[in-house]
Amino acid sequence: MNHSIRILLKSPKFMIGTIVLVLMIAFVLIYPFINTKDPLEMMALAFQPPDSNLLLGSDNFGRDLFLELVYGIRTSMMVGLIAGVCATIIGLIFGLASGYMGGFVDNFLTAITNIFIVIPSFIILILISVSIDSRSSLVTALIIGITSWPWTARAVRAQTTSLRNRDHVNIAKISGHSTSRIILSEILPYIASYVVMAFVLQTASGILSEASISMLGLGPYNTISLGILMNWALVFEAPVAGAWWAFIPAAFSIAVITFSLYLMNTGMDEIFNPKIRS
Amino acid sequence: MSAYSKYFIKKFCWYFLTLVIAVSLNFILPRLIDGNPVSIIVSQVSKGMTDSDTIKQVYDTFMKEFGLDKPMWTQFLIYIKNLFTGDLGTSFGLYPKKVTDILATAVPWTVGLQLPAILVGWILGNILGAVAAYKKGVFDKAIFPVALFVNSIPFFTLAIIMLYIFGLTLKWFPLSGGYDFQMIPQLSFEFIGSVIRHHTLPFLSIVLVTIGGQAIGMREMSIYELNSDYVLYSKLLGIRDRTVSRYVFKNAMLPQITGLALSLGTMIGGSLICEIVFSYPGIGTWLFTAIRQLDYPLISGCTLIIAVSVLLANFTLEIIYGIVDPRIKAAQMEDE
Repeated sequence: MNHSIRILLKSPKFMIGTIVLVLMIAFVLIYPFINTKDPLEMMALAFQPPDSNLLLGSDNFGRDLFLELVYGIRTSMMVGLIAGVCATIIGLIFGLASGYMGGFVDNFLTAITNIFIVIPSFIILILISVSIDSRSSLVTALIIGITSWPWTARAVRAQTTSLRNRDHVNIAKISGHSTSRIILSEILPYIASYVVMAFVLQTASGILSEASISMLGLGPYNTISLGILMNWALVFEAPVAGAWWAFIPAAFSIAVITFSLYLMNTGMDEIFNPKIRS
Repeated sequence: MSAYSKYFIKKFCWYFLTLVIAVSLNFILPRLIDGNPVSIIVSQVSKGMTDSDTIKQVYDTFMKEFGLDKPMWTQFLIYIKNLFTGDLGTSFGLYPKKVTDILATAVPWTVGLQLPAILVGWILGNILGAVAAYKKGVFDKAIFPVALFVNSIPFFTLAIIMLYIFGLTLKWFPLSGGYDFQMIPQLSFEFIGSVIRHHTLPFLSIVLVTIGGQAIGMREMSIYELNSDYVLYSKLLGIRDRTVSRYVFKNAMLPQITGLALSLGTMIGGSLICEIVFSYPGIGTWLFTAIRQLDYPLISGCTLIIAVSVLLANFTLEIIYGIVDPRIKAAQMEDE
């Protein structure tokens, strides 16, 4: 494990992605301690352009957009992370169970996975969000998580199936180890790098899903996320008012976060998957 | 029975089952959460009205349509029966307009925007990805990060930025709608011109993001194929580079068809939100309006039609895939 981390540190793609992400997280965590104002406080006129006082101008309610952006990034990252963890855990359990056990369990779980890969998760996301009246950002994150696991499940199943009949697994079986121990010590270590990569991608897509669903007006309540900022900009016609500062920074932040996550993923892919090294 | 029709029937059964589940989810999810939201929403809708006769009329329409006074099973049967007769209910927000009528006006716009955009983006992305993998060097180093960045921009973000730059600042293209609002839809050059001008920006934003994602996938597939033994062997045999690259392209292309099938749902979802940014008169914009007005029958109609069309598109792609990929035929032959 230590060895692979050392190799990872030499991958420029992985490092750039990680550094950008870490700097961003550090900034949005520290900034609220420096500027302790409430992001929802109205302190200027509507759509004031950026100046030395308001770094990114004000929105339609006259709120400080820079402060809102910081809180928005925080919420969006948190939602993405929780959604990513949730999707990865469900996918991992489904994939391991169906790949390792085989037989009926495998057929059943694979059928479910295939069905939910085809039904757009976006639709299920809308249907559930419409029905839940008061959504916190945690609820939104969980909904995104439970609608986006099929990808991970399918990939983990494929890897587990190929590992199941390897010699070291058979030896562990003959030695009488319990199933849970075999999965933990003979299978998981081999697919760990893959799972981490899937988790990074799930987090990125979780952030994108949150932004899409909030854009539609189905985002979490009583909080600021990047998608909600975009939704406000659209509902209150910021583009028509020429207020680029109301949506370009939020849009750009989403792109930068997901870009650095994708970059990390590509960097890891090139190291753990030697076949695609160019 | 031939191997292919067996493949066809198997796929058909799977997609039919998936369709049944999608329709049931569309019915059951909003009704599962406590205090059947449909009935809550009906009472909310009638709140704004003052005329007691109208309230009663509206209330009766929806009670009858949803069968709220009956048990869940009967409600489901009513729902299915209505689906078969093409009746998706009456809109709350635009009462007494039928949901089917609203969707009928929206579908041509959405199909006209998304189908060409996704296809063009897919083809261009694949060519670009293959070229990047093949040429390597500077070309690859330039294309790859750009594609990765474009791919990490959500559809609507690019749309909103393009709207701001080309619509508002440069004023090259109109800001919203499907055609100039003072025009009457007709078959004249002027009207078609207006449709095309309104079409350009949403079209481009979908194409660009699709290119990004597809180029990355194709590049990876091509690099994988380029490193495989048959390429090395062909090169050692002295087969010309152009012939080898044709083999590589063909082999890398096949998984990309499956890739398109799998990412279709996400793409269509993204493009729907893109429509909202441009207030394009398609399903996405109606969905946006419906959500803001809590127009439950319209929301449900939109999600249903999207789910069904994604399933149909996927099914079509799998059928094509079965014809194109010889391995599928071979696998079916072995089963016999």
